Amino acid sequence: MLSRIAESLYWIGRYLERAEDTARLLDVQLHLAVEDPVVDELAAGRLLLGVMGVEPTGPVTDASIMQLLCHDPQSPSSIVAAITGARESARRSRETVSTDMWEGINTTWYAVQQGELARVRPATAFRWVRERCAIITATADGTMSHDQGWSFLVLGRSVERIDMTARLVAAAAASSSPTSWSTALRACGAHHAFVRSHHDQDSHREAAEFLLLDRPFPRSIVHTLDTAIEALESLEPPERRAATENEATRLLGRARAELEYRMSGDILMDLPERMSDLQATCGLANVAISHRFFEGAVAAEWHGGAL
Amino acid sequence: MHATGTPRRDAAAYRLGSVARGKHVGNAARLASPLVSAVFGRYAARERAFDEMFEDAAAGGDVRAGYTSVYKRIGSLSPDEVRARADFLSRIYVEQGVTFDIGGEERPFPLDIVPRIVDSATWSSVELGLAQRVRALERFLDDIYGPGDCFTDGVIPRPVVTSSPHFCRVVAGLTPPGGVRIHVAGIDLVRDSEGQFRVLEDNVRIPSGVSYVMTNRRALTSALPEVFADHRIRPVRSYPQHLLAALRACAPSGVSDPTVVVMTPGVFNSAYFEHALLARMMGCRLVEGRDLVCQAGRVMVRTVMGLRPVHVIYRRVDDEFLDPVHFRGDSLLGCAGLVNAARAGNVTIANAVGNGVADDKLVYTYVPDLIRYYLAEEPVLPNVDTWRMADRAHREEVLDRLDEVVVKPVDGSGGKGIVIGPAATRAELDLVRAKIVEHPRGWIAQPVVQLSTVPTMIGGSMVARHVDLRPFAVNGGDGVWVLPGGLTRVALGEGKLIVNSSQGGGSKDTWVLADPATTSADVEPPPAPRPTPVDSLATVHPRARSIAVQHSEHAQVEQQQQQQQQQEQHADERSAAGRHTGVGLATAAGKAGAC
Repeated sequence: MLSRIAESLYWIGRYLERAEDTARLLDVQLHLAVEDPVVDELAAGRLLLGVMGVEPTGPVTDASIMQLLCHDPQSPSSIVAAITGARESARRSRETVSTDMWEGINTTWYAVQQGELARVRPATAFRWVRERCAIITATADGTMSHDQGWSFLVLGRSVERIDMTARLVAAAAASSSPTSWSTALRACGAHHAFVRSHHDQDSHREAAEFLLLDRPFPRSIVHTLDTAIEALESLEPPERRAATENEATRLLGRARAELEYRMSGDILMDLPERMSDLQATCGLANVAISHRFFEGAVAAEWHGGAL
Repeated sequence: MHATGTPRRDAAAYRLGSVARGKHVGNAARLASPLVSAVFGRYAARERAFDEMFEDAAAGGDVRAGYTSVYKRIGSLSPDEVRARADFLSRIYVEQGVTFDIGGEERPFPLDIVPRIVDSATWSSVELGLAQRVRALERFLDDIYGPGDCFTDGVIPRPVVTSSPHFCRVVAGLTPPGGVRIHVAGIDLVRDSEGQFRVLEDNVRIPSGVSYVMTNRRALTSALPEVFADHRIRPVRSYPQHLLAALRACAPSGVSDPTVVVMTPGVFNSAYFEHALLARMMGCRLVEGRDLVCQAGRVMVRTVMGLRPVHVIYRRVDDEFLDPVHFRGDSLLGCAGLVNAARAGNVTIANAVGNGVADDKLVYTYVPDLIRYYLAEEPVLPNVDTWRMADRAHREEVLDRLDEVVVKPVDGSGGKGIVIGPAATRAELDLVRAKIVEHPRGWIAQPVVQLSTVPTMIGGSMVARHVDLRPFAVNGGDGVWVLPGGLTRVALGEGKLIVNSSQGGGSKDTWVLADPATTSADVEPPPAPRPTPVDSLATVHPRARSIAVQHSEHAQVEQQQQQQQQQEQHADERSAAGRHTGVGLATAAGKAGAC
């Protein structure tokens, strides 16, 4: 696997997950503003942009949130930018990405270019993005060899998902709204799974525990950390006696241990700080992965001039 | 053959609407209506062109033999149906990303709904002529970078070769592995007013467009399945296998299982999709210059597991950018040390460095002589008559009548720099005159060749448009294989003669009909029958036979539907695109004499 191709696949994973998660988040947010009479829309909007790492330039309104997080191709956190990024990465690795998967990504991108997201109701647009991402992911699963390339795809998706879930949890913990945890659950697509497993214990503590530590739920942080570490392990040479050489595996393993083997106590304590640490860990892991696997892609330059 | 001065009576046949309404679709002349004739009133301007679908108007406008079935089948569809299918063709390329880049913008490559058909007898002579040309050019390149016998024997003046900007002294004395320099050739052909195929130019550097040949076939099979069923068409999908076999056969000696890579300039290259398609279909890595590294005369590729050796590079990067050590020092697309590794015999660069001299249009004028000299054969495919501007007598003759000829730069590609005399303004002619006088070696002139026409759907109706043909030949050292068909490019503008995609050209699927004597392995195979539930019921559970009989009629219908589906989904290739180096050209034959 070429370093350059590995990097492209990793970023396809990240961009697709980013598009999907952003769509989930916006869907819940805009729904909330209508549904809940007591919510402070302005504060909720600011919080949302803060979670996504976007500095609002003008007044925060529904329209400006939609622009920054959905439609604006120049805004790095927007859905349009994420889909464009995924498509560009796929285009750079076309001989590796399966044809079906390429067509899935390409038709999605093409529809977005044609203004699909702006044409329909926001709720329909978000569902469409979620569905397209699901189709692409499933097509990849069904048509790509589950080899090194696949591991990079899964790794990228997992790192992005950890990062996004950490942001959501931090937002829920920082919010004063009584419905903040149920919002976070919905934004992760976890509400149904949570209700089924916890029945009536609808407390903040339970919800936080579910999003952080639930092993079977595929979007919980611990589950996603497991997936990421598994993908990293599969990229290492098979026989090895001592601990891993890979800094990224160490970082993510340590984060998982911090979560799972934390002294019993209030899980809600220090949550925003811990989540921002987790985001920093994701950033470091990203650097470590680049360093370990993608540096080969850096061009060697010739300084001699023609002989 | 020509019906000079009379309006084309078969003009109506180009309008599908008329064809569909007419009952006797076999006779186009009967379908003419005054309205349609008025539409084609100006058609006389292209009267001298050879139409590949219809015999000349003077002969009654009959449909040529190879096209009868296409004519009937497409004619029997309603105009709306044909338009719907044409729309399908344009949509499918957008979805599959079959595009080419112009100035960084991706565009789908227009594919026309009417195929272009070449019968088997015509094709076998084209095939012969192409193989002959490639063999002669191989000998020529070997000679000029080696002993130079053609100079001492006076076949071609040495200055003609050494003054070519693509003559590359760096590779003098270098014999490539397997003795092959032209692994892939794309030789542009046109049909003149008599229907004779002529060579317009040679492309033995990095000819592109072959990906369209494969995607066009696949797309048109989906759009016109019933038309395909009527023909025995030689398949094109084996091209990547032939190319890979040829590349592997030319690996450096001593390498038993060579690693082949495809080298692309990158995603912004106009032919990027073609590079990706070929890499995918050959199962090779698609690398950029930055993925490669040369150490101690060996070439390696950077992978996540470290450096891995590379033995054959099918490069789609121009010589100039290939190796900053020897060519442009500021190139970011190449890899420093490639040429040295090739000289050390550790890597094969395909096509070889320095081939460009054979593409030079001044050298082109000597190719018939080169064929006679090296092969002791007469050329099968004639050239288009050409005046050499470097020759004083030719130059003076042409400068007097610039407005009647086509002037081309000798190293141009993509239709750039060409001036078509009859269509040029006074200022353009003056400008090119000054350029010729300043640098005669850089220019040639040709009579305006009227390219042949094939019906093409423009804006919902059928009109005549000029086409050329770029067939592809693959050389693995043990014989030249020619892909049956090739890329037919169409000049979509009315009366336009430049077919390059960068200048608004489209394409057609090109069908080479199988010789009736060929075995089924050489043609597109019919759909294979599939086992049905009835079969399995009958064999596994004998007692269920009565049920099977009951359902057999239903099963038969189902089986046929399955066959139909299979046929529609037939070809297995997908997507890609190509840049068209190469110059499509010319107009109005007979106006100018030979040189």
